[in-house]
Amino acid sequence: MAETIDSRAPAFELVGVTKRYDGKPALNDINLRIESGATSVLIGPSGCGKSTLIRLLVGLVRPESGVVRFEGRPLREDALLARRQRMGYVIQDGGLFPHLTAFENTALLARFLKKPADWIQARVDQLADLTHFPRDGLTRFPLQLSGGQRQRVSLMRALMLDPHVLLLDEPLGALDPMIRADLQRDLKEIFTSLNKTVVLVTHDLGEAAYLADEIVLLKEGRIVQRGGVRDLYHHPSEAFVSEFIQAQRSPLEDLQ
Amino acid sequence: MAKGLRTSIGVLICASVLVNATSCNSEPTGDAKRPLNVGSKRFTESAILGEMLRLLASEAGVEASHKRDFGSRVAFDSLALGELDAYVEYTGTLKQALLSGEAIVTNEELRAALDKRGISMSRPLGFNNTYILGMRRRRAEALGVTKISDLTGRPDLSMGFSSEFMNREDGWPSLQARYGLPQRDVRGMEHDLAYRGVADGALDVTDLYATDAKIEQFGLMRLEDDLRHFPEYQAVILYRSELNDSHPEVVANWKRLVGRIDETEMTRLNARADLQRVRDAVVAADFIRRSLNIRVIVDDDSMLSNIWGWTLEHLEMVAWSMAMAILVGVPLGVFAAKSHASVAQTLLGSVGIIQTIPALALLVFMLPIFRRVDQVPAIFALFLYSLLPIVRNTYAGLHNIRPELRESAEALGLPSATRMRVVELPLAARSILAGVKTATVINIGTATLGALIGAGGYGQPILTGVHLNNIPLILQGAVPAALLALVAQGLFEIAERLIVPRGLRLPARR
Repeated sequence: MAETIDSRAPAFELVGVTKRYDGKPALNDINLRIESGATSVLIGPSGCGKSTLIRLLVGLVRPESGVVRFEGRPLREDALLARRQRMGYVIQDGGLFPHLTAFENTALLARFLKKPADWIQARVDQLADLTHFPRDGLTRFPLQLSGGQRQRVSLMRALMLDPHVLLLDEPLGALDPMIRADLQRDLKEIFTSLNKTVVLVTHDLGEAAYLADEIVLLKEGRIVQRGGVRDLYHHPSEAFVSEFIQAQRSPLEDLQ
Repeated sequence: MAKGLRTSIGVLICASVLVNATSCNSEPTGDAKRPLNVGSKRFTESAILGEMLRLLASEAGVEASHKRDFGSRVAFDSLALGELDAYVEYTGTLKQALLSGEAIVTNEELRAALDKRGISMSRPLGFNNTYILGMRRRRAEALGVTKISDLTGRPDLSMGFSSEFMNREDGWPSLQARYGLPQRDVRGMEHDLAYRGVADGALDVTDLYATDAKIEQFGLMRLEDDLRHFPEYQAVILYRSELNDSHPEVVANWKRLVGRIDETEMTRLNARADLQRVRDAVVAADFIRRSLNIRVIVDDDSMLSNIWGWTLEHLEMVAWSMAMAILVGVPLGVFAAKSHASVAQTLLGSVGIIQTIPALALLVFMLPIFRRVDQVPAIFALFLYSLLPIVRNTYAGLHNIRPELRESAEALGLPSATRMRVVELPLAARSILAGVKTATVINIGTATLGALIGAGGYGQPILTGVHLNNIPLILQGAVPAALLALVAQGLFEIAERLIVPRGLRLPARR
């Protein structure tokens, strides 16, 4: 547990990472630095490897070759649990445990680590306010919550131990547009106020543009281009980048 | 002295009857007969015979109670004093122990000696419960041995006798001298070990009581005492002589037992009570019904207590086997779910194969493995039989957890044992519980077959009922067994509320 952290090291560093599923490469020789304190968004069409990439970061997937470093150290089996406790991870539709209430879901890891009960209570209340989750919903079970509320609880669970990094895999993918817009605004507010390293996976360019400091565009297991949304728009590195942006243009733009 | 005691007992009986606000006559009259006390000694055979006396007295319209657990001396003295009215004794015991000072040889001399004490003796009931020699039936048949003198040509046979038999005056030394037995391999040992040795084929010959239930249990054969070496222990009914006048119908009923019970019959009755653990009252009543064609009723009270006894035996079998099945089955299911698919399939397959063995065959297979006739073989068979639903449902419950939930727990940084405890097992609880429920209901039904291998339970009355073609008796086992299964099902509904987390039982929002 008592690992020294090199504060100058990037949050994540991937060197020559390759991962195959059934012989088909999902990620091919990826080299990527994700700087501390920034919000990076992984984007690309289905099957581009963006989900595999974020799962590599949290250690749910092991690379076939190459190294994944977290805060300067390779992710290794023996230290994995302790490192995961310093990451918050949110997936589509929350991944909340249906047999536990919102409060219990949020407090699960803290309870396992034997944090004092009053500390847990205070922290959960604080996070409920931060994520705009109603306090009277804390005693409800996931099945009694709306999709947006579930996502807020999942975010609370991820933030419970004040992790260094927050990893979100299509966190808003299952929500309808109104709730989605609401949550996007709240997420932006939270990312800004907490000043954490954030890695977010989405297929929605608008969402990426709204939240990202840097966008990483992937295609067929490799990184096509990285930079701000303007860079991608004005200086596409290849034709695919423009095609991807064109495909995501809002139909409303044509009305103007 | 004796008369004084009787009078005071008579007063006591009057007093107790008066408490019940019934008329009390010290003299027997036509319709209100004095209640009788029958006795028995402290072993199964005597208790069964005591129950026969009680039931036959009741059948003759006289209230009778059965006092149990006497020693020979106390039983005899109580009869002489009138505290008991009747019990079954053995001629050998009377001649050699109780009246040994009088050097009695013949049964006529015995009858006269008893007469002086106001005691009448029936003619023998049929069986002679003396020492005999026994061999495993198949071994004896293979060697063509039927009587003790056949052993003289077989010096190679090994013999194991109880220490008592080795030392008795009429035991091994005198038996050997009488028949001129040539065997050299003769050992004294614990009697139970000797039985087992003969049953297993480690020994050829042992000493037995002629009506010992183990003869039936181990498939042994009695060797005829063709030179009449062993003294006779004929069973006879002893009763107070005044009953000939005061209770002639009762005496007549009792005498119907004379000559009706041979060694094989008595052995069978002992085996039913000792090995199948049927209450002696039921054993006695069934015999009377079958052999004397008299319908005696084992009263309601004892029917309820019979059912209660079977219930306890049944519950004991189900509880032990289910406890073992849960303790083994759930971890096996967890192991399968955590293993590679091929390991899991092999494990589930092997547990499944057990289920394909017919329950009856599985039970019977247990006998040579355990070599005992009680609940243990049945419990083990039921345990094996209950494994599959539990293992399979535990495996399925864990296997079917949505992958994103399993990954969420992993991504949180919880160690694998904690994930199992706080996330995976609670999520699989409903499936596991359903497996345990299925196993229990099947177990309760299958446990009725346990009676076939001596485990008792609700199968006992069903088995006996089928044997005697007695439908009410069958129902006494079948109905409670069905009810027990229903009750178990109900209890599991309640358990589901307690065990399956509330969050999993909610209807989804919207």
